[in-house]
Amino acid sequence: MNNKDIIGQYIRKEMFPNIWCPGCGNGIVLGALIRAIHILGWEKDEIAMISGIGCSSRITGYVDFNTMNTTHGRALAFATGIKMANPKLKVIAVMGDGDCSAIGGNHFIHAARRNIDITAIIINNMVYGMTGGQYSPMTLTGKYGTTAPYGNIDQNFDISALAASAGASYVARSNVFNVNQSIRFMKNALNKKGFAVVEMISDCPISYGKMNKLRTPIDMIEWIKNITIPRKSWEKLSDEEKKDKIPTGEFLNISVPEYTEKYQEICAYAQQEGGKNE
Amino acid sequence: MMNNKKVTKILQGNEACVEGAILAGVRFFAGYPITPASEIAEGMARKLPVIGGKFMQMEDEIASMAAVIGASLTGSKAMTASSGPGICLKEENIGFATIGEIPCVIVNSMRGGPSTGMPTKPSQGDVMQARWGTHGDHPVIALAPSNVNEILHMTVKAVNFSEKYRTPVMLLLDEVISHMREKVNIPSKDELEIVDRKKPPVNQKDFLPFKAGEDMIPPMASFGTGYRYHVTGLVHNEKGYPTSNPKEVDSFLRRLTNKVELNAEDIVIKDEYSLDDAEIAIVAYGSVARAAERTVKLAREKGIKAGLLRLVTLWPFTDNTINRLAEKVKIIIVPEMNLGQISREVERAAHGKCRVISYGKVDGDLINPVEILEKIEEEIIQ
Repeated sequence: MNNKDIIGQYIRKEMFPNIWCPGCGNGIVLGALIRAIHILGWEKDEIAMISGIGCSSRITGYVDFNTMNTTHGRALAFATGIKMANPKLKVIAVMGDGDCSAIGGNHFIHAARRNIDITAIIINNMVYGMTGGQYSPMTLTGKYGTTAPYGNIDQNFDISALAASAGASYVARSNVFNVNQSIRFMKNALNKKGFAVVEMISDCPISYGKMNKLRTPIDMIEWIKNITIPRKSWEKLSDEEKKDKIPTGEFLNISVPEYTEKYQEICAYAQQEGGKNE
Repeated sequence: MMNNKKVTKILQGNEACVEGAILAGVRFFAGYPITPASEIAEGMARKLPVIGGKFMQMEDEIASMAAVIGASLTGSKAMTASSGPGICLKEENIGFATIGEIPCVIVNSMRGGPSTGMPTKPSQGDVMQARWGTHGDHPVIALAPSNVNEILHMTVKAVNFSEKYRTPVMLLLDEVISHMREKVNIPSKDELEIVDRKKPPVNQKDFLPFKAGEDMIPPMASFGTGYRYHVTGLVHNEKGYPTSNPKEVDSFLRRLTNKVELNAEDIVIKDEYSLDDAEIAIVAYGSVARAAERTVKLAREKGIKAGLLRLVTLWPFTDNTINRLAEKVKIIIVPEMNLGQISREVERAAHGKCRVISYGKVDGDLINPVEILEKIEEEIIQ
């Protein structure tokens, strides 16, 4: 089966053309995610894909799963309710960088802390794209945004490191230039029993590029290619050299008890005790 | 297990709410600690695991509202409980449940506000928040019981209405009835009417998730049951896809409000006391209605023809009842623990047919029967 046929099985064709700008990385991420799901052979009926607000969040409208485009930053909180109420569903949350790390930061930390079986795909284009190019918590220090016209003085988040320290089971970072690697990481994340994160460094030539002299998709993807470096090579760099590079690869892949399974154990205990405390 | 034997318990209001929720079929609860509502979460945490239900304490009020909506979408009857500051945070996602037409119940044990206000004092300051707390034109159903036994039954009603009308329902308690203990007759399941959301027929071809029939309420498919559809906070068409087509937008937003407003007859619950020959009517709700009932007795002893209209359903507001009442009586007095939020609704619905007097109190104390009587006497002299 060729690529087009594979993708075609999973999308809502009537929703196309999509709203994304030419050269946007969201389509690459969506393509990789669909391929990963296809490789795993998951049924469309058993997948719930949840998003928040922003360009990235429109992804849920384009796929033929059980889908919900929720409120800004809250995708993981909605997804948590879905997974908890029906653990048989395979739950995927797709979020943008502002969506996930700013307004949704607390939900992100706590979904990781619970280690609930949800796969979180973060499309990190380092900008609030839909609203026109404001800086986000993942805009690199010194870069520009429409609300950072003289340069961003904020420290940028390392969301992958945050996920790992908060209690996730699987954390990886790839980028839209490295599609095969992205598919592999997404497949591993989807397969993981527990909270799994794939951060995708992505491009936004329109909103980010216009403020940072990277106006074409090629310029932006070239830039992404240059600033990313495999984790093992990154570790060998000096502290000074590390500052200009973003490591990619699998950072964490562990097996720890998953939340809905632990809840089932608590239910069994409560029932066995006959609701003694009740 | 529950049998048909009559069970009577002395319960706290918040405990009665838990009993009602379980009887109504609530099997998912997500919450966050807050005074004076915490006992509802605590009760759910004890009971739900025993019956295979799901309890979650979320990271904040926003997340608990979101989790409730997510759970409801999978077919669970779902509920959360909080108080003013928490409800403020939930409003964003209450709007989402409204536009997505996802059934859920939000309990608000009202305390003094604004902001942190008076956490351990009763209030009725959130009745307008219940109506308009989330932005945009939208419907809401809000019920305000007056005693502990009624809390149980109105919790069941709240769940039923949310399922029937596919909309969030607010159950308005206050610090006093949440925490007071009274006798509660626990009904058996057979004694209660339990409503489940309307589901689409199995394997329906070309299912349109937001297409409603005559009753204005679309059947609701649970996630994971073979209907793969899209839920969004964007204004959407019958397919569930975002639209800005003026025709589609208009018909959707009107249906959303009308499915509740045009069914007000079904939703309005009220109680009349000594109104037949009354010249002075008290309109009251929640814990204040208890005092008002006593006021009526005291007034009658003094030869004043007073009566009480007790509103249990606050939203949709019963314009018709008030309009008819205003034709019969000379004065309507509205005692409430706020600065006149429902009295203005009463005034609007009375269309100038009688005098409408607000008796608002916000000092953190309950309104007592004597002060309502004094207000009545003061108004008669005028």
